[in-house]
Amino acid sequence: MLKMSQISKVYRTELVETHALRELDLHVEEGEFVAVTGPSGSGKTTFLNIAGLLESPSSGSYLLDGEDVSTLNDNRRSRIRNAKVGFIFQSFNLIPDLNLADNVDVPLRYRGWSKTERRRAIGDMLDRIGLGSRQGYLPSQLSGGQQQRVAIARALAGKPRFLLADEPTGNLDSEMAEAVMGLLEAINAEGTTIVMVTHDPDLARRAHRNIHILDGRASDVPLAPIAKVTPMPEREAARV
Amino acid sequence: MFSYYVRLALASIRRTPVLSALMVLALGLGIGAFMTTFTVYYLMSGDPIPHKSDQLFAVQLDNWDPNDDPTESAKDVQPQLTYRDGNTLMQADTPALRQVHMYATGAIVVPEDETPPFDESVRATWYTFFEMFDVPFLYGQPWTLDDDEARASVAVIGRELNDKLFNGENSVGRSIRLDDQFYQVVGVIDDWQPVPRFYHADGTSRALDDTEQVFVPMNRAIDAQWGPRGNTNCWKAIDETLPLFEAFMQSECVFTQFWAELETPEQAAAYKDYLDNYVRGQKEYGRFERPLNTFISNVMEWMEVNEIVRNDNRVLVRLSFLFLLVCVLNTVGLLMAKFMGKGGEVALRRAMGASRRDVFQQNLVEVGMIGVLGGLAGTGLAWLGLRAVESLYQGYQHLVHLDAVMLLTAISVATVFAILAGMYPVWRVSRLAPAGLLKTQ
Repeated sequence: MLKMSQISKVYRTELVETHALRELDLHVEEGEFVAVTGPSGSGKTTFLNIAGLLESPSSGSYLLDGEDVSTLNDNRRSRIRNAKVGFIFQSFNLIPDLNLADNVDVPLRYRGWSKTERRRAIGDMLDRIGLGSRQGYLPSQLSGGQQQRVAIARALAGKPRFLLADEPTGNLDSEMAEAVMGLLEAINAEGTTIVMVTHDPDLARRAHRNIHILDGRASDVPLAPIAKVTPMPEREAARV
Repeated sequence: MFSYYVRLALASIRRTPVLSALMVLALGLGIGAFMTTFTVYYLMSGDPIPHKSDQLFAVQLDNWDPNDDPTESAKDVQPQLTYRDGNTLMQADTPALRQVHMYATGAIVVPEDETPPFDESVRATWYTFFEMFDVPFLYGQPWTLDDDEARASVAVIGRELNDKLFNGENSVGRSIRLDDQFYQVVGVIDDWQPVPRFYHADGTSRALDDTEQVFVPMNRAIDAQWGPRGNTNCWKAIDETLPLFEAFMQSECVFTQFWAELETPEQAAAYKDYLDNYVRGQKEYGRFERPLNTFISNVMEWMEVNEIVRNDNRVLVRLSFLFLLVCVLNTVGLLMAKFMGKGGEVALRRAMGASRRDVFQQNLVEVGMIGVLGGLAGTGLAWLGLRAVESLYQGYQHLVHLDAVMLLTAISVATVFAILAGMYPVWRVSRLAPAGLLKTQ
């Protein structure tokens, strides 16, 4: 699904050269749920941006679904990002003056789907997260947990096979975080590959695999044993 | 996608109402000032009779003081003729298809009912006036050559006067009283207001006056001893041995306008030769002491000769265009502020799959909408500006209107300038790196 080889990213200014990633190698299989951990400034977000085609690596190769995407132009990378990648952010990043349906509609607009297809996808996703009856609500009328679920709905509405989550529970209390995590696990169980950046070791342990990034280099970390994780039932997730 | 972009643009405009209003106002002020001056310029410089303006020629003969400055162009020659020259030419067998001789005068209209008498401008002319200048008739028709030669008491009146005196009914065959004489109405002309009023452009503001509401045969007006109401210039004392009005008619004073209809360049050349020969003949009688300076000018040339579009109009248009550019530059600054504030949303849309081109197009639609709103505001301000011109300057009442063409022009100009102003901010925002902005949103 995702194969990075010798990926480096260097940010240069007139005075300073910063190595955000150094010859990073990473392989994520289809359907995996990978947690990425590491201290602040270790390169996690840079890795996520390159994985999501928001940035290009300075060197190395990146194959997404077998296609080398490290040297594509902006237009092509945007199309691939739209079709294959979903993003979830720590601060939800909903557009405040668009209602829930219009927020979920954002990636679909660039997909070229018909109005009927978009309407159906929006309705399905909002129903799934339990907010189908609130399509006309503005984000400010929802709780943090509900907003993050809308962000997840937005990320998944276009049926991407690859979901990138950057601290998805970072702004939520433990109860809401648990519900969102349960939703992500359910989505992964349906086949969506997830790469999640987190600081929370408990959440990281719930992934299939844990990658630790330190000083721009990635290494696999053995998973510590934890209690069996059962994905949260959908109706429970919907209550949050 | 266009309708989606329009919806997003409206939402964005609502999100920043003050900034958006400032941009609309900046563009509106620039457009308003520009459209005000440009409308006046456009209407003044327009062709008042486009289908035959190249066949109608104003005539100038240089009968002026031999000691006056030398003549270099038509602008240096009196724009009007003496009565005696015009009258002679009018009755001569010239190469012209038609000719018309006329002057502006006036009379007191005495209504049949109890309405108080009132003063009315009168054009004393020949029957050819109406056909040469394509005057539209509501009722009846022009008088005839026979009427001119018989010095008949007939009149053609304007629609406005017909409404006033006859309640808009067909008044052909009825009479109106001008001073102490009755004139039979033979025709009523429909609304007719050439702008500029080319047939009487004499270098003064008369070219912007209303068309007259009364037309009578010139010979009849002379018989009634109606003096000229308009620019009258004399350089030589009149013959004091003659009665005053007759002496004035025989003088070297210029106050009449003379036009010829010439269909081909050959006809125009022949007519010019005819005029030259006429002047040479007059020289033998001791008149026309200056060098041969006869000129014929078609309608648009005549507008130039009389400087209907004055230099200060052109300067004003240029100044207002510069002001528009200043407003556009201000709008660039405001757009930069607005679009840089949208960095977070742009980054999000980029993450969701929008390409730079998508972002560029979306924001360009918003800029276009601001332009349309600026154009509408500018049209409103231009309307106010034209009302101000109307109240400040007499004779501009026919210039101070905005037609559909001007409205569309204002909106188009505003949209084009808004898009030009928005190009750089829109390009900048489309080039923002999304990665750095997503964390901070």
